[in-house]
Amino acid sequence: MADLRVTFAGIRAPNPFWLASAPPTDKEYNVVRAFKAGWGGVVWKTLGEDGPPIVNVSGPRYGAIHASDRRVIGFNNIELITDRPLQTNLEEIKRVKKEWPDRAMVVSLMVPCDEESWKTILKRVEWTECDGIELNFGCPHGMSERGMGAAVGQVPEYVEMVTRWCKQHTRMPVIVKLTPNVSSVIPPARAAKKGGADAVSLTNTVNSMMGVDLDAMSPWPHVGGKGTHGGMCGPVVKPIALNMVAEIARNAETAGLPLSGIGGIETWKDAAEYLALGCGTVQVCTAAMVYGFRIVAEMKAGLADWMDAKGYRTIDDFRGMAAPKVTDWQHLNLDYVVKARIDQDLCISCGRCHVACEDTSHQAITNLVNGVRRFEVIEEECVGCNLCAVVCPVENCITMVEKAEGYVDPRTGIVVGGHRTWMEHPNNPMAKDPKPARMADPAE
Amino acid sequence: MADIRAGRLDAAVIAENFGDMLPAFSANEARVAAERCLFCHDAPCVTACPTSIDIPLFIRQIAAANPIGAARTILDSNIMGAMCARVCPTENLCEGVCVREVSEGKAIEIGRLQRHATDAAFTAGRQFYKAGPPTGRHVAVVGAGPAGLACAHKLATLGHTVTVFEARDKAGGLNEFGIAAYKATNDVAQHEVEYILAVGNITIEYRKRLGRNITLAGLKRDHDAVFLGMGLGDTNDLGLGVEPEGVLDAVTYITALRQAPDKAALPVGRRVVVIGGGMTAIDIATQTKKLGADEVTIVYRRGKDQMSASPYEQDVAQTHGVTIRHWMRPVEVVAIGGNLSAVKLEYTGLDGGKLVGTGETVTLPCDQLFKAIGQSFVTADLADAGGQIAMSDGRIAVDAERRTSLAGIWAGGDCVAGGQDLTVTAVEDGKRAALSIDRVLRGAAVAAAE
Repeated sequence: MADLRVTFAGIRAPNPFWLASAPPTDKEYNVVRAFKAGWGGVVWKTLGEDGPPIVNVSGPRYGAIHASDRRVIGFNNIELITDRPLQTNLEEIKRVKKEWPDRAMVVSLMVPCDEESWKTILKRVEWTECDGIELNFGCPHGMSERGMGAAVGQVPEYVEMVTRWCKQHTRMPVIVKLTPNVSSVIPPARAAKKGGADAVSLTNTVNSMMGVDLDAMSPWPHVGGKGTHGGMCGPVVKPIALNMVAEIARNAETAGLPLSGIGGIETWKDAAEYLALGCGTVQVCTAAMVYGFRIVAEMKAGLADWMDAKGYRTIDDFRGMAAPKVTDWQHLNLDYVVKARIDQDLCISCGRCHVACEDTSHQAITNLVNGVRRFEVIEEECVGCNLCAVVCPVENCITMVEKAEGYVDPRTGIVVGGHRTWMEHPNNPMAKDPKPARMADPAE
Repeated sequence: MADIRAGRLDAAVIAENFGDMLPAFSANEARVAAERCLFCHDAPCVTACPTSIDIPLFIRQIAAANPIGAARTILDSNIMGAMCARVCPTENLCEGVCVREVSEGKAIEIGRLQRHATDAAFTAGRQFYKAGPPTGRHVAVVGAGPAGLACAHKLATLGHTVTVFEARDKAGGLNEFGIAAYKATNDVAQHEVEYILAVGNITIEYRKRLGRNITLAGLKRDHDAVFLGMGLGDTNDLGLGVEPEGVLDAVTYITALRQAPDKAALPVGRRVVVIGGGMTAIDIATQTKKLGADEVTIVYRRGKDQMSASPYEQDVAQTHGVTIRHWMRPVEVVAIGGNLSAVKLEYTGLDGGKLVGTGETVTLPCDQLFKAIGQSFVTADLADAGGQIAMSDGRIAVDAERRTSLAGIWAGGDCVAGGQDLTVTAVEDGKRAALSIDRVLRGAAVAAAE
């Protein structure tokens, strides 16, 4: 049986499934319910400095993008950090950690950008005996306008400075939560590492507007007729977060930095993908908000079952295995050839592959064969783009078949088996040592 | 003594029995149903629709929260989209070939979605059509059923003036008088007629029947073109001699039932036998059951697969408690004192592909017997055509444009040969004929101007 236990930045947890700092981790009641459901840890919803409580809007805080059957695939919020008194949160954190000593208890923090503020809050948080802290450098709305959250995360110098203060003033492990609202995630990740961060977690939410209310002629949702940008999460942000995780995992300066993956994780498979890119834990929020805490049962069982099937005993056995396969476009093999293949037994004849190919520019799928409705790939035209497989409503009906060495691509005449990247391609004027294509012998 | 009486069930129960058999979708149900559509390329459902409605488009419009736009898409191809949504045998047409039917055995509910869209437009009072710029041409249409009204509507939108001659005192044809009541609740057939007539330039002259108080020659003389859409005027007979009290024509009974303000007042037998295997047989059997008949038996001379009623319709009858008996035919109606008391049935079989009686008989006691063995065209109506209109299989022969053999006369709907006797095919006939008439009238106008 697979062992799901993890040790992340020195913090031990029975499984890698943690709840991200968010509404579900705002108070004892919820966190206890989460632990009962089986979550391996939580990042307590962000605490601010002591003082008058945070004020949230009483209009809608959340918006969403729905797919068929109203499945929530994108979600956004304009909620601020915890609006409960600091001392209340601290007492609850202390109590929950004491009752649930085996679970990871990390506390998210966000205070103004001066050393004294951080020093003060760190002491008070240490009193809870939590396992670590996460610095909220990502929140894109409400707090960033007050010089916190993303306003810090977008400036690498601030990231490094605040991280260093925290490392100086506490014995607790420091996780830096990164914002995706940057042109490259590497500078802030590098800054966190330089500041001494024990780990980074990513990503926070993506700056977004979920829609426009065409009756009110305002953003949707709106608060009394006006709306503002919020932070988006949910399945639609997973590709953004995965790419940022991979960027950090494969960058020479940041490689090896412990990563906690966040963004669109709904199932064990989503989590396994983050782990395969090198994450040590994953954090979940949207799926828990949409479906409730019990989704973790599927995640734990699914991950364990898959690990058993693959023969992985611990998470470290496969963690990061996919990261070395991430590269830049110019290193892809241009002599690699796939062609689409349509399984006629599975085909339901909807014709979506045909029209997609027809209207997208390759015209490589028939709609009639000998006057009969039938969808077949025309290998002479197929560029192997994967569009047909993407639009096909039947899973595995259309597959991209790798062509074996010796196959002559009827579209290009190139013989499969070579390995030329753009760096070696004759069409690249910068190629140092261009290699010609292996063409089929015209006599054959 | 035959047991035939009204009020076998409480009026409230009868009212409930004749409510919508397949209720309207809620907006949420419609969205969920619409989102299953794959938006197929060259979609099989469109090919299967006699009126070629762009089904993937209208379903996408419903999914995109535009049911009224969806209604326009439907009505552009089929002005009787509201009734067709209710009466089309969709399992034999669009839904039967839906790729989700073929792949999963669960078609998109196209008929119900079509109803959702057309209901939305009717409820909102959205009129999409208006009479076209006047051409000065005048067309006579015989029959205010689906074929005639579809033809009249298209002609009016193209600018022609239309006079419709209707034998009854109400328009709608079989939609109004023939379809089972539970498929056309809330007077939807009349709402549809009103919607069609609201386009303007269409006048209906009621109680005008071809061969009785109007003549084809007269219509031709007074109009620039004539469209015949009078349906089938006669019902087929059992050929068993003098019929006692209690033997009724199903079509006539259904007509009375559709028009009855109080269905509880309709007399119905305790034991009912229906002879026939088509939609009319199903409709009369199911409706007599809904009126409170105790035992209802459909008797069909061939097997289940040969019944022209679709499997879905057969299921409807059976789930209402109707018994369907195959391979039997009536050979004698038994009467006591002039009142029906039983029907003697002979078992049948095939002998070299030919239907034959086996000689074995069984007698089924019954109080009421309905004949539902098809309708036929009254050829006498075409007398005085000023020439002989070519016929085929007892109905009017037409070409692809729905032209008859006589210049200036078009025909469509159940009165023409080769059709499927469906509302939807009648609508298509009317539409095609109107376009053909328009081409001819405009051509004549061009020729006259030259």
